[in-house]
This record gives sequence, structure tokens and C-alpha cells, in this order.
Amino acid sequence: MTMQTLSLAPWLVATPLIGAALLLLVGRRSDRWGHWLGVLASTATFVIGLVILLDMLGADAEQRVGVHTAANWIDVGPLTVDLGFQVDPLSMTFVMLITFVGSLIHLYSVAYMSHDRDRRRFFAYLNLFVAAMLLLVLADSYLLLFVGWEGVGLASFLLIGFWDHHLPNAVAGKKAFIMNRVGDMGLIAAMMLMLATFGGVDFGTVLGTAGAADQGTTTAIGLLLLLAACGKSAQLPLQAWLGDAMAGPTPVSALIHAATMVTAGVYLLVRSGPLLEAAPDAQLVIAIVGALTLLFGAIVGCAKDDIKKALAASTMSQIGYMMLAAGLGPVGYAFAIFHLLTHGFFKAGLFLGAGSVMHAMDDDVNMRRFGGLARLLPVTAITMGLGWLAILGVPPFSGFYSKDKIIEAAFVGEGWRPWVFGIVALVGAGITAYYMSRLFFMTFMGRRRWATELAGGAGGGAEGDSTPVRHPHESPWLMTLPMIVLAVGSVGLGFALNAGDRFVHFLEPVTGHAEHHDPVLPIWLIITLTLTLVVVGAALAFVQYAVRSVPTTAPAAPAVVRAARVDLHQDDVNEAVVMLPGKVLTRSMVFADRTAVDAGWLGLAGGVGRLGTWLRGLQSGYVRQYAAMTLGGLGVIVLVIWLVSTMATS
Amino acid sequence: MDLVNYLYLASILFALGATTVLLRRNAIVVFMGVELMLNATNLALVTFARMHGDITGQVLAFFVMVVAAAEVVVGLAIIVTIFRARRSASVDDVNLLKS
Repeated sequence: MTMQTLSLAPWLVATPLIGAALLLLVGRRSDRWGHWLGVLASTATFVIGLVILLDMLGADAEQRVGVHTAANWIDVGPLTVDLGFQVDPLSMTFVMLITFVGSLIHLYSVAYMSHDRDRRRFFAYLNLFVAAMLLLVLADSYLLLFVGWEGVGLASFLLIGFWDHHLPNAVAGKKAFIMNRVGDMGLIAAMMLMLATFGGVDFGTVLGTAGAADQGTTTAIGLLLLLAACGKSAQLPLQAWLGDAMAGPTPVSALIHAATMVTAGVYLLVRSGPLLEAAPDAQLVIAIVGALTLLFGAIVGCAKDDIKKALAASTMSQIGYMMLAAGLGPVGYAFAIFHLLTHGFFKAGLFLGAGSVMHAMDDDVNMRRFGGLARLLPVTAITMGLGWLAILGVPPFSGFYSKDKIIEAAFVGEGWRPWVFGIVALVGAGITAYYMSRLFFMTFMGRRRWATELAGGAGGGAEGDSTPVRHPHESPWLMTLPMIVLAVGSVGLGFALNAGDRFVHFLEPVTGHAEHHDPVLPIWLIITLTLTLVVVGAALAFVQYAVRSVPTTAPAAPAVVRAARVDLHQDDVNEAVVMLPGKVLTRSMVFADRTAVDAGWLGLAGGVGRLGTWLRGLQSGYVRQYAAMTLGGLGVIVLVIWLVSTMATS
Repeated sequence: MDLVNYLYLASILFALGATTVLLRRNAIVVFMGVELMLNATNLALVTFARMHGDITGQVLAFFVMVVAAAEVVVGLAIIVTIFRARRSASVDDVNLLKS
């Protein structure tokens, strides 16, 4: 790449940051045009990214990795950290995903948030998010990455709690922030270990010398990085915040909690690839976490009636696939990023579709009160349908190429691993098909479970919540256009990037060339099994939610379904394992402080006080009493001297 | 004669003086008690000087006499002044400095 395009890299971060600063500083005066400034900043960033990408594609594969050092950031003794920007195929993939999907969602938000009096503030936060996310992926050191990492956490917190006049939203924001903080501690500790081991935190130093380090140390760093990734990417055991994060406006859920921010954990692990190579135990744990989360999210997704929470569970599950792939080593890195990219498109599209449905249904999210919307919301139904087929992994949609590759990669290896991971990935694909079809059929097919006319007789509002009155209408073009573009991406992106393994080769300068290994099962069998499970899952959902009628309130269900409805008791587990002991600890500390420390000092002070009161009584004012005390004192002194002298002589 | 008898006498005189100071209310009498204690001490000092063949005790006795003379002057002046101001010579009435 040429130096000129490399030096554009800081502008990728600066442009949206300037947008956010302008919108926040100018304040209410920019209410009328602020949202367009936000869109402009985001789109301009996309254009800058595109210029860099085109230049990169023109260069040879070996010259596609560059570092632009904008300034010296920290220079204290042996530690030097530059304000450096890593421009390579991996970071540019993210830049493209973030700015392209981000710009579309900015556009969508112009219409979606048009009735909100704080729309300008919303765009300021969106721009802030884009800036922080780009800093995260462009940083050339873990420390600079951490700045972006915290920045997206802040933006996520601000946007989840955007409607903070409603208490649960503010609580959800806080929950996300605190759970993320647990993961951040992992990243901080990992950086400390890196400093101690490698003497630096920039990618060049750490990843370049990781192979020579002690395996125990690299395993520790790998596990700490995994902890950080779990927090950011909502993986077990730090997954509980993602469902509540759906309290934020839907464009936020699409951009931050589906397409970009939650995938930062996968980016971190793939970026740290060479380090993880030196820590096979950590890799195994990553794959296990991914596999568990994959199943966890899928099971929860099957029972959710809230359309956004079902999608959130699906996001968790799909990121589980990416983590699983990232844990498989070089065979999986490229596929993890590939799935991340296609998932960014189809899941953002699905979320925007969900937003469109909510827009039509007076912000209702309960799918049991949807039904039969396909004819009334044709564009939404078609775009969501394409996203649905993509996430199912139906050929030739995007998800088929990316997810199927991960399933194949999961079957590669020796011993028990390929069988366990492969079968988990296969089963996950089947469950995914079931819950996504359930979502689609419940929303768009079947009979209507809402009324159209207010005075339309007993079927109207009279029955209360069971058949609410709605006036569904298709969303304005500003909302449907991004949905259409994302749907096109959901259809064609996988095929376009998979042709001739184009994307995998594009990423090779970063992820390294992976030797081709044959899975333990023949590939045609894996594909057949996957597609069979997908068809079975979708058919089950079709019979249950499109053919049979859906009750408007959740029916009684076996224990496992009831558990899935409350996220498999994740909050109860957190409360029992973390919150309750913490509470007991703090309470006992307070108790100990009051009863032991405070009581000790207060008792001492009280004792001194009482002694003083008693001594004051001796000051009677009678001279003769003083004289008596003097005499008594004299007697005591004489007695002591006599005792001491007799003891000394005896 | 055994010199220790002087010490017994000094002790008895000191005890008498101390008892006077503690029990009597009249300032003049209390003052006399104080003088008695001082002189008992003087007797003891002189006796010790004699017993040890050391002149220090006698010198100290002279100092005590001089200081006692000065003290009598100041003390009597205070007592007279208080009597003029408060029409009383009782030491128990002089308690205005208590807390």
C-alpha cells in the first residue's frame, strides 16, 4: 500500500469522532440537522475505508499489511506505546463491515427515531460508537485496542439506556456495563502479563515473540483474553447482559448488539492468533466456550416470545459458532471472520426488520400477538425472509457458505474433539433453523392475533391484551432501503466472497495459511446432514407455528421450556454464585467494621471521656482535699521507694 | 543518746503539722501546721547531717528557713487580703477556681 492511503487511517477514527463531538457540543441548536450530520460522518468514514481497501486490493498479498504511526502516545522508560494504526486485511474487513452496516443503520435511524426528541443525542452516541469500534479494530497495540474496547462499552451503555426515563432500560444498561467490566479486567490482566513477559503490548512484539514464551504464560494470557472476549461477545459465563441489552432502540441492537460490537471478542481472539497457537489448552477452552454458548443461545432462542430477545439469543448462538471456529486454530480463523461478516449482514437485516415490525405494531415485541403480517408488510417480510434463509444456511444464501465451513472445520482433528465439536455445531444448526423459522412464521404467517378496528365488535379491544388493536403499515423508504441492501448482502455476500476461497486468501496475510485437513466425515455427508437437520427444524416450526394456531399467551410447558423462557435461569445463577456471596461479603464487612473497628475506637473514646468525667470530680475546690491528695501521693512515693529499695537489697 | 530519737520526734511533729493542715479550716492555723511540717523537716535534715557527718543537710535546713520566712510574709499577706475581701479566714470558702 502507498504511504498516502496508510496515512488516511487515523481519519477513519477521527471523522465519526468529530461528528460525535460536534453533535454533543453544539447541543440542541443542531436538533434540526444533527441526524444528517451523523449520517454524513458515518458515510464519509465508509468512503475513506473504501479508498484504503481499493488501494489494498491493488497491492500484492505480502504488501497488504501496514502500520501507520500517527504519534507517540506513551513513552516511559522501557515502555513505548505508539498511537499506531494497523491496516491489514483483517482490520479492513471490520472497517468495511462497521462503516457500511453502520451507515445503513444511521440512515434507518433517521426514520426510526424521527419521533424522538433526543434524536440528535442518539446520533452523537452512534457516531461515538463507530469511532470507538474503528479504533478497536485499527489499533496496533493491545493498549490502544483497549481504549476502543472501553469506548464501545461506553457507547453501548449509553445507547442501551437511551430511553433511561424508563427504569428497566437504565438497569439493563448498567447490567451490560458491569458484566463487560468483568471481562475488561481479563484484558487488563492479560496486558500486564504481556508487559511482564514480552516487554510490550503492541501486536508486533507480543505476537512476534509469543512462540518463544513459556507455555504456561501464554495459556494464562490466552484464557484472560478469552475472559475479555466472553464479556464483550456475551459468551458463557458472561452472557446474561445481551438479552437485557435489547432494551435499547432497535437500530442499536442491530448495529452494536448483533453486527459489530459483540463480535469484538472474536476479533480479539483472531488477532491474537499467533499467541493462541502457543497455548493449545487455551484454544481448547475457547472452542468449548463457543460450543456451549452455541447450544445455550439456541435453546434460549427457541422459547423466547420477545422478537428482539429471540434474535439476541440467536446472536449469542452465532457468535458461539465464531468462537468455536476461533478456538480451532488457523483452520478456523478465516471462517470465524467470514461468518462474522455474513452474520453482520443478515443479523443486522433481521434486527432492522424486527424494528420495522415493531414500528408497525406500536412497539409491541411479543410475537404471540403478531401473525399474518406478510401481506401487510411485504418489504419487511421479504427482506427478513432472505435474512432468515441466510441464517438457516440454505444454499446459496450467505450463511450456507460461512456456517457450513465452520461445521466442516469443527469436524477436523483427532480424538474426541472433532466428534464433539462437530456434532454440537450440527445440532446447533438444526436448532437455529427451528427457532429462526419459529420467529419468522409467528410474525409473518398464520392467522392474525390482533384486531384492526377499534370499534370492530367484541373481537377488538374488549378482550384486552389478547387481541390488541393495531394498524400495521409498511415502514417509510428510509427504513426499508437499508433493509433491502442488507438483504441483498445476506443473499449474495457469501457466494461472492467464497468464490475461489477469495476471502480466505484475502485474510491469509493475518491469519496465516492453513493446511487443508480432511474432516473425519466426508464433506458431502456433513453438508447433507446439516441441510437435513435444517429442513427438519424448519418443518417442525412450520407445523407448530404456521399450520397450527398459536396461543396468544405462553401455554404451560415442560420444565426445560420454562427454564429456557427465563434464559435457563442465567440471572438466578449469577445472583446465587456472584451477587449473593458478594452481598454477604459486603454486609459482613460492614458488620465487622461497625462491631469491631468502630466499636473499638468509639469504646476507647468513650472510656477516655468517662475517665475525664470521673477525674473532674476530684477538682472539688477544697484546698484541704488537695492537700490530702498531695499527702497521699507522698505516701505512695515513699512506699514505692521503700519497696524498691528492700527488693534491691534482698 | 540515739540520734534516731530525733527522727521519731521529727516524724511526730510532721504528722501533727499534716493533721493540722488537713483537719483545721482556719487559714492561720493551717499556716501554722505548714510551718510545723517545715520545721519537722528541718529537724530531720539536721539529724541526717549529723548522722552522716555531712554538712549538706544543715545547709539545706538554712535554705528552708529562709524560704519559710519569705513564704510566711507572702502567705500572711494573702490571708489578710482574703479576710478583708470575704470576711472569712476559712480555707473551705476559697473555692472559686474549681471547675
